[in-house]
Amino acid sequence: MTATRNVKGLLGTKLGMTQVWDENNVLIPVTVVQADSNVVTQLRNADRDGYTAVQIGYGQIDPRKVTKPMAGHFESAGVTPRRHVVELRTADAESYELGQALSVEVFESGQKVDVVGKSKGKGFAGVMKRHGFAGVGASHGSHKNHRKPGSIGGASTPGRVFKGLRMAGRMGNVRHTTLNLTVHGVDAEKNLLLIKGAVPGARGQVVLVRSAVKGA
Amino acid sequence: MNIIDSVNAASLRSDVPDFRPGDTVKVHVNIIEGKNTRVQIFQGYVLGRQGQGVGETFTVRKVSFGVGVERTFPVHSPVIEKIEIAARGDVRRAKLYYMRDRHGKAARIKEKRDFKGAK
Repeated sequence: MTATRNVKGLLGTKLGMTQVWDENNVLIPVTVVQADSNVVTQLRNADRDGYTAVQIGYGQIDPRKVTKPMAGHFESAGVTPRRHVVELRTADAESYELGQALSVEVFESGQKVDVVGKSKGKGFAGVMKRHGFAGVGASHGSHKNHRKPGSIGGASTPGRVFKGLRMAGRMGNVRHTTLNLTVHGVDAEKNLLLIKGAVPGARGQVVLVRSAVKGA
Repeated sequence: MNIIDSVNAASLRSDVPDFRPGDTVKVHVNIIEGKNTRVQIFQGYVLGRQGQGVGETFTVRKVSFGVGVERTFPVHSPVIEKIEIAARGDVRRAKLYYMRDRHGKAARIKEKRDFKGAK
């Protein structure tokens, strides 16, 4: 299966959120993502790998922590080792060069992007927080079950609880993709992307910004 | 957070005068009507300032034809042409919400007397 779309992507660090004025003098909430030091570390082509993709590396790493195989991998691309590596399936992989530095200018303001990151961990969360259940009434005789899920199924038929039933448990700290966010601004000088709205993860988290999968 | 501060710096205005709750201000607002822009002046006293940074706002109250009118502006809004301070008020609160319940003579704000130069 080969990619038919041209996907652009960058890894970056979520720095936090702020607000900026747009051209209509409206205050827009934006997330600031710093995407510097992105390089192409490997190219996948249809002949050798069966698909076309571009692998990009990002972030500093202590040279002592780089394993020998990874050191060789980065050396063949002619770049210094990077902390994070990600592969993007794209049809136009040939247009990239090995070792090429990617700046934030691959994106332009107004463009729709998806942002992939690891969401903030919420710990062991109940069903109201985790799945948005309505809970039980606050009064009218409710006793000690205000945030409980209620019934989890029948009795002797089926005689068991169905698999996948939504219950309390660990919430967050999983890979999450927010679709169709708008790039509000690109600051090539400081390597910053201003993305309208919130993106997954805590401040300082590494996120992948790539062109939107859905939408126009 | 330094990088975010530098992003914010572009959104902040440097020409905002130092005004406080109780001050009487003239807010010159740019009104865009199709292609034309004109300046409208909203004059009243500052009821309070809320928030901080880019999102900081201030509320101006005036009594117009016997009806109290309050308008909230973002301090750093590009819509504001300029903020003119007409008078300094002498108040003991950061939020002058008590002024909403006052009418007539009671709804006056004492003017601030600057005694610094009188030594």
